[in-house]
Amino acid sequence: MRLLEGFISRTDVSDTAQHALQWIGETLGISKSICLVRPMGDPALFAAGQYGFTNPAASSFTVSLEEWGNPLVNALNNRKEVFFPDAHSAADRKRRPATPFDDAAFHVVPLGVSGVGDEAFGLLLLDGRAPVTSELHWFISVFVQKLDQILRQQALTEGGRKQGRERSLLYSIINAVSDPILLTDTEGRLLIANQRALTLFTASEEESEGRRGAVRMNNMLLSSALSSKAIEETGARRRELLLVNPADGSDLVFELLSTVTEDPRQGSGVVSILRNVTDLRRASEEIEENYRKMRVAEAQARAESDRLNLIIDSVADPIVVTDASGATSLMNEPAERLFTIPSGASEIEQRWVQTNDAHFSSFIAGMLVSADQRRNGEIGLVDAKAGEPMPVEAIAGKILSEHGELNAVVTILHDRREAIEKAELYEQLQHAADELERKIQAATADIAQQNELLRRQAIELEQASALKSQFLANMSHEFRTPLNAMLGYTSMLLQGVAGPLEAPVKRQLARVESNGRHLLTIINEILDISRIEAGRMPLQASKFKIHDLMSEVRAELDPIILRSKLTVTMQLERDLPQLVTDRQKVKQILVNLLSNAVKFTHHGGVTLSARRNARDRTIALAVTDTGIGISAADQDRIFEDFRQLDNTPTRAYGGTGLGLSICRRLAQMLDGRISVQSQVGKGSTFTLTLPIKGRK
Amino acid sequence: MTNKDQRPRVLIVDDYPDAREMYSEYLQYSGFDVVEAQNGQEALQRAVDEQPDIILMDLSLPVMDGWEATRRLKADKRTASIPVVALTGHALAGISDGAKKAGCDAFVTKPCLPEDLVKEIRKVLDDLASASTKKTRRSAKYGKNTIN
Repeated sequence: MRLLEGFISRTDVSDTAQHALQWIGETLGISKSICLVRPMGDPALFAAGQYGFTNPAASSFTVSLEEWGNPLVNALNNRKEVFFPDAHSAADRKRRPATPFDDAAFHVVPLGVSGVGDEAFGLLLLDGRAPVTSELHWFISVFVQKLDQILRQQALTEGGRKQGRERSLLYSIINAVSDPILLTDTEGRLLIANQRALTLFTASEEESEGRRGAVRMNNMLLSSALSSKAIEETGARRRELLLVNPADGSDLVFELLSTVTEDPRQGSGVVSILRNVTDLRRASEEIEENYRKMRVAEAQARAESDRLNLIIDSVADPIVVTDASGATSLMNEPAERLFTIPSGASEIEQRWVQTNDAHFSSFIAGMLVSADQRRNGEIGLVDAKAGEPMPVEAIAGKILSEHGELNAVVTILHDRREAIEKAELYEQLQHAADELERKIQAATADIAQQNELLRRQAIELEQASALKSQFLANMSHEFRTPLNAMLGYTSMLLQGVAGPLEAPVKRQLARVESNGRHLLTIINEILDISRIEAGRMPLQASKFKIHDLMSEVRAELDPIILRSKLTVTMQLERDLPQLVTDRQKVKQILVNLLSNAVKFTHHGGVTLSARRNARDRTIALAVTDTGIGISAADQDRIFEDFRQLDNTPTRAYGGTGLGLSICRRLAQMLDGRISVQSQVGKGSTFTLTLPIKGRK
Repeated sequence: MTNKDQRPRVLIVDDYPDAREMYSEYLQYSGFDVVEAQNGQEALQRAVDEQPDIILMDLSLPVMDGWEATRRLKADKRTASIPVVALTGHALAGISDGAKKAGCDAFVTKPCLPEDLVKEIRKVLDDLASASTKKTRRSAKYGKNTIN
């Protein structure tokens, strides 16, 4: 039996070992042998074959590699041949491992290919009686090679099968993942892709152009995202990748997780997992939007709440919000002053606050149990600051939820002190007003009485005045009647109706006449005054030329002027308007003024002048003389009744002293006035100012 | 002129003898025929009887005052054409209006000098004459003659 021939067909370790041991037993005369092999990865040596043993235990002989003291394990680890001689005593047996050889001597030869790994893969135990020959050494080397070959092959085929199984498992795993998974080489070429990735990145020629375009685009996007440069630059292992869905062209957003794998045999590659975050991003955007809205709403709510707080705080009346259980949930600053104990409060102040609290709580309790929606009441609180009683009007309203549940009670407390004070003041005021009214009524009655008295007096006065006027009128008539006869007969005598008269008689009669005329003037003036005072001097307006009136006035006084030897000149402005007023009254005034001027002037002359004042539409008619003049102090007095400057009984000038008084009254009746400018010894100017158009 | 001796006849009515006689004497001296009456009642009778050319009528008169007398004279067609000159010492406003209303043709205030009265009478008669020449009856113009 040839050893090598038997080896060729054999691929099994045990088979080979059995064949080899049989060959050395038969050929080399080694009667007993055991081959121990360590399967790869196992921590033990198993008997791969035995020769010459009858004991079946030899076939199942094993040595655990974990038996550190075992000389067999040492031999294996150290790759050293060891010889164990026969054992004769217990001590001998202790020095040798337990084997199927029992006490018989045996050789231990490690089996292993030199150069490849440090460990031997097995041991050969040989009968110690047999000599170790060169043939045995040759056999060992051949056997080792064969075993190594078989073991290696075995390991290879074993691993390959396992690898195949694992790979298909791996594929089914990665295909089961719904996210695209890719393995690419460093140049970005696709090495492995799962099903989902294939639909994104591969397309056959039969696919539509759009789908192929999408796939091309996706590949471009992926390779640029996966280029090592991109990875390095971003430094991020997670990136977002926008791809096109080849099925419908919609955008797909992926999160790209790529990991570089280093494999000494296969070279480095990049494992990429794409997670579809399209929905996720949409959801995240939605969440973000919702969050933003929530923030806005929150800010609004906070602003609203702030505003509410501000409003509540700005109210001067205390406001307290109580929840359904009666506990205070909110109060403004004025309320805090009533219901919270300030820091450093004295004992009495604390007691006041507690009293307030108790009063308020009982009010709220009453409100809570009642069915009323609103409630008004009065509470006797204490102003905790001043310590004085503070009656307040409490107005409470319930705030109900949509379902009618009580949410809170809002109570506004209104300080009644001021109102009470006002009411008291009002009462006092009312009292005072009543008093005043009584007094006024009394005074009014008094005044009415006085008025009645005055009215009667006025009537009496009027009657007296009318009687006076009537009396004066009658007197005037009674004066005139005899005076008429006196003047008439004197005139007739002077005319010589009763025969010619002697010169002295004529002269004396002229005196009678002159005095009679004077008396008549006095009577006329008294009559004028009484007429004016009785309001019985009617006005008759007419339109006339100033020049005509002036000439008439001068003509009237011609006899006196001639006697006085004074020059009377007229200075009238050109284009004077015609006057509309009572001609007779104006003439009476001017005659009076001119006769006065002539009477009180001894040298020089008298000037009658008229000029127009366009500004206030008046005409100034003036009589200027170079007479004795009037002192400033006397200038007002000359217009008073019966006033002549020389009041002595032997006065130098005649006249009643009524002339100017009448003139002034007449001027007033005509809406005009009389003024005087004078200097003692130099002369006077009397000016009558009249409206161009007086009232009718 | 209905006067036989061509002297105008004047009826003087005045209750005050001194005035009546003074005017009477001066009018006669001035060439008038004068008839006198002491009150309104008498004046009416005299006017009818004597048919004067002009009547001088004092207004304040006993028995019948001058206003009433004038109204009656003017109401009687026998005397209606005779001009009446009112002569009064009353100088209050309203007197002359009342006189005019009563039918007086002129108004003279006393005191009135005799010569002034004559002037007034002549004026009234002249006016009357020129008016009758023109065949139109016209009231004598109102005038006022006072001393001063």
